[in-house]
Amino acid sequence: MNAMTQPSKPATPRSGKMLRAMVGIGILCGLLIVLTYEGTLPVIEANRAEALEKAIFQVIPGTEETRTFRWTGDGFAPLTEEQTAEGERIYAGYDGSGQLLGLAIPASGQGYADVISILYGYDPARQMIIGFYVLESKETPGLGDKIEKDEDFLANIASLEVTLNEEGTAVANPIVPVKSGQKTQPWEVDCISGATISSRAIGEMLSVSTVRWVPRVQAHHSDFTNAKN
Amino acid sequence: MTKLPNTTEGMGTEPPATDAFIRGLWRDNPVFVQVLGMCPVLAVSNTAVNALAMGLATTFVLLMSNILVSLLRKVIPKQVRIASYILIIATFVTITDYAIQAISVELHKSLGAFIALIVVNCLILSRAEAFASKNTPGRSVLDALGMGIGFTFALFCLGAVRELLGNGSLFGAALFPAGFQPWIVMILPAGGFFTLALWLLIFNAAKAKTANA
Repeated sequence: MNAMTQPSKPATPRSGKMLRAMVGIGILCGLLIVLTYEGTLPVIEANRAEALEKAIFQVIPGTEETRTFRWTGDGFAPLTEEQTAEGERIYAGYDGSGQLLGLAIPASGQGYADVISILYGYDPARQMIIGFYVLESKETPGLGDKIEKDEDFLANIASLEVTLNEEGTAVANPIVPVKSGQKTQPWEVDCISGATISSRAIGEMLSVSTVRWVPRVQAHHSDFTNAKN
Repeated sequence: MTKLPNTTEGMGTEPPATDAFIRGLWRDNPVFVQVLGMCPVLAVSNTAVNALAMGLATTFVLLMSNILVSLLRKVIPKQVRIASYILIIATFVTITDYAIQAISVELHKSLGAFIALIVVNCLILSRAEAFASKNTPGRSVLDALGMGIGFTFALFCLGAVRELLGNGSLFGAALFPAGFQPWIVMILPAGGFFTLALWLLIFNAAKAKTANA
């Protein structure tokens, strides 16, 4: 004989009630996010523009004045602060006497956690990369974020050779990321042990970006010098 | 295993409202007693500024999600409660993310992925489930403030020690003579464990002394 009685099952609410609750919370949350996004967007954009300006000064040492250029398809056109024309942008840095010191070029690529965005400085006279700055990165703190802190890694990127071939149509030796301590050529990036994926990502995005931009920049070098004069 | 503190509506005499606040600060401190949210505690406490910013960001998310969960506690069916809480917490984390970007791009950059990871901080979900879903908004606010301030205090304790020994400074201002050799290990992940162990030792010794007195 079984004296035990079955415990009564708690009543399950109709799925309509659950659906209404979830949809209602979803709409409320969506509204809150959109309102915050709209409210903070102008300030965030101003902060980003300020950070970009600081980054340009950092990747082109000695810069006293900057100028923004837009790629038009057959050359670089200067942009004033008010102009918002579409097109990819690069930034030129000049010293006090108006001499072109270098160009700051944005690049991005997939890192370990998310897309890494950087700005690197290129000196067209010496045909080399002279520095880089991480604009946005979600790499693992303590590991992937070494790309911003490892002094050896930063130093090896601050003198990376990017020369053109004899015809001046393409990069002679595209940048190649190599394992830590195996760098033998001036166009190789010595990756960081413990942050291999992130540092390799930097090397690869520099390679892709320089192959694309350096021939254009060298072919239209006068666009930058004439714009200043 | 630490028992999660809980208070339930309609289950006998309720403790005074201030108890919900004081509990999080000391007796059930989320870091030193409950040992919750260790990921940001160990990773973002390398400087005092980062620790304070992460503590305040977590407090804001905790406060807002506790309020909303408490207000909606009679509307949310229990079968979908966890999904609803996560949705609410994720919303306030996104809002916090935008707010920090608006305050300072540098601060946002130094906190990195850890702002987004507040969504999975077990402290916030545990307070929503164990407290806010069973208590009035007023009590939930006090609970969130107590736990949030307790969490921020603990993070600051770690951040201050790590920055002081690992960098020789506090809030970026150098405190030691120029000859001071920083203990680099303190700002590395291992330093987080060392400092946490030290604070747990001090905290538990102080609690034992109070209990014996």
